[in-house]
Amino acid sequence: MPEVRTGPIRVLLAKPGLDGHDRGIRLVLRALRDAGMEVIYTGLRATPNAIVSAALAEDVEAIGLSSLSGAHQQHFTRVSELLAKEGAEDVLLFGGGIIPKKDVEELRAAGFSMLYPPGTPLETIVNELRARLRPGEGSGV
Amino acid sequence: MTVDHHPSDPDPDNQVTGSDAPHGHASKRWLREVHAPAVARYPERLEAFETSSGIPLEPLYTDDDAEPGPGEFPYLRGLHPSMYRSRTWTMRQYAGYSSPAETNERFRFLLEKGQTGLSVAFDLPTQIGYDSDSPEAIGEVGRVGVPISTLDDLDTLLDQIPLDRVSISMTINSTAPILLAFLIALAKRRGLDPAVLRGTVQNDILKEFIARGTQRFPVAPSVRLAVDVIEYAAEKLPSFYPISISGYHIREAGSTAVEEVAFTLADGIAYLEACRARGLDLVQVGRRLSFFFNAHNHFFEEVAKFRAARRMWANICRTRFGIMDDTACQCRFHTQTGGSTLTAQEPDNNVVRVTVQALAAIMGGTQSLHTNSADEALSLPSQSAAQVALRTQQILSRESGVTEVADPLGGSPYIEALTDEVESRATALIAEIDERGGTVAAIASGFIRRRIEASSYKAQVAIDSGEAKPVGVSESTEIPEAPFSVDPAGEGLRRKKLEKFRAARDIGKVTHARAEIARVAASGENVLPALIAAVEQNVTLGEIAETFAAEFGEYRDDA
Repeated sequence: MPEVRTGPIRVLLAKPGLDGHDRGIRLVLRALRDAGMEVIYTGLRATPNAIVSAALAEDVEAIGLSSLSGAHQQHFTRVSELLAKEGAEDVLLFGGGIIPKKDVEELRAAGFSMLYPPGTPLETIVNELRARLRPGEGSGV
Repeated sequence: MTVDHHPSDPDPDNQVTGSDAPHGHASKRWLREVHAPAVARYPERLEAFETSSGIPLEPLYTDDDAEPGPGEFPYLRGLHPSMYRSRTWTMRQYAGYSSPAETNERFRFLLEKGQTGLSVAFDLPTQIGYDSDSPEAIGEVGRVGVPISTLDDLDTLLDQIPLDRVSISMTINSTAPILLAFLIALAKRRGLDPAVLRGTVQNDILKEFIARGTQRFPVAPSVRLAVDVIEYAAEKLPSFYPISISGYHIREAGSTAVEEVAFTLADGIAYLEACRARGLDLVQVGRRLSFFFNAHNHFFEEVAKFRAARRMWANICRTRFGIMDDTACQCRFHTQTGGSTLTAQEPDNNVVRVTVQALAAIMGGTQSLHTNSADEALSLPSQSAAQVALRTQQILSRESGVTEVADPLGGSPYIEALTDEVESRATALIAEIDERGGTVAAIASGFIRRRIEASSYKAQVAIDSGEAKPVGVSESTEIPEAPFSVDPAGEGLRRKKLEKFRAARDIGKVTHARAEIARVAASGENVLPALIAAVEQNVTLGEIAETFAAEFGEYRDDA
């Protein structure tokens, strides 16, 4: 188990692949910042390598990936593999997008325990991140 | 629920208005000078239109004889005098996935079911300028549309589809000149004069920077390529629409209806300015411009939005650009129902949402329409859902009677007040963009994005707080299995196919053609002739985009 940190939660949000749908990730970005978290967003077309380097350089506790183009399997699992290669498996992974049920198991196995379809209340994402990363501090925005 | 059916108004006082026509009917002047000549050219579908009770239906209802009717500048009440009485909207369902051959099958299925135009969805690598075998394309080939890397691919995609009879709309932007070159080369390969081509390329790069995200090059060279397409089409493709200025994606990104109109027309202003700077004839350009809007949930505001957009664009063309030709001031538009309004929970409900949205587009006088499939919040549409979506349009067109009178809601105090209000708010927003140095500057400074994001956040907060309650979402957390999936093996097949294609080419000719593209990209000449020559030598889409990128640079998202 990784050590439980204190202070503001640090999160990297990223859009891997060629998908340009960034309405969702920009909403999450704003909600996490409004909730007091420190959030870095890569912008569109971030490669898995760039995402992992940014995560390490910024010392984040969680990475959130978004894909609505059906390429989630490819890109999400690649990020997870690269993190493992860097010995950074303790970074919490979460994802958002149109993710068919049949892909969910494989993504969970790759470490994506939290997957959010479009329409997920922003509060749910904030609270679940808090519960995982600051378990002693209670939830609520 | 019961509905009271009133016969025509029995109040005798209402029948004396001092008008030259019976109360509520179109003026004799409009009937004689506008409607009759139009009908002589485009006959109405029936000799006479009437309700089930035998009440005759006039082509237009109005209580203001002085007001311009449909077919008259500024087109508040519709572009055509007889609107859908002569011809209903084009039913144009957006489709594409996996491979050119599989998409060709879906196209032929849709045409067989009565669809009247094709609309090609390309995958992201094609939209951004990567061939299916490029490293950037891994995991993305055929996912959200069809991959087209070569002229042969387009030939397969449009196999057995008569290019001189079926209009082809292509949702393609940063690589629009390349896809247009493929289409022209294909027409030539099939022995057709490219001048017979009908259809549209979206070619609206500004909204990619605002909302959609498939830009490949920086803004200035991107706009130059868009104008190259417009210029080439003006000269060589008389029946082709070389741009479809799109608010659809701006709305999907979370804007309001007012922002959708304002930002779309602001993009239109920027294109007309670029065309004027190129020295193009704005009458010729204006006659081939088209627009693309969203049909969202608030029924009456959506109807008002379409009407306001038409009147605003006509006035913009006249007052800002001095275009005196009426037809060149027409805001002709395609509409798609709002994808982001669909729910993954209880997806059958989406059929109803789509129906109401489609009806708003029809009441708003759209020229063509795409109705979303009910399962699109889950995956690309299944064939059966795609069929229901098309059937929805056919039911509205053939069974509901809404096609029989132009602008049927026009004249309602509510609709007219909403139309005026959408117009005045959107006009104020365009003035704000002008103050910020115009559309390109407002995109670069992030002004437009920030406005959209603020609206998107507000809408999400309304849902999260329970103020807005989409039906079936809180009631049911169950999300059904995706009805459709793309076989990941397709990517490998595409790679093999391209490998063979590349091996069979004359490399000397490919190199020469690419050098010519680099030359025209640098010189500022219109790129289309060089692109057509290149694709005929089997230069690929990715190679052309790479050649452009070497000259223009690559877009980078600085978030």
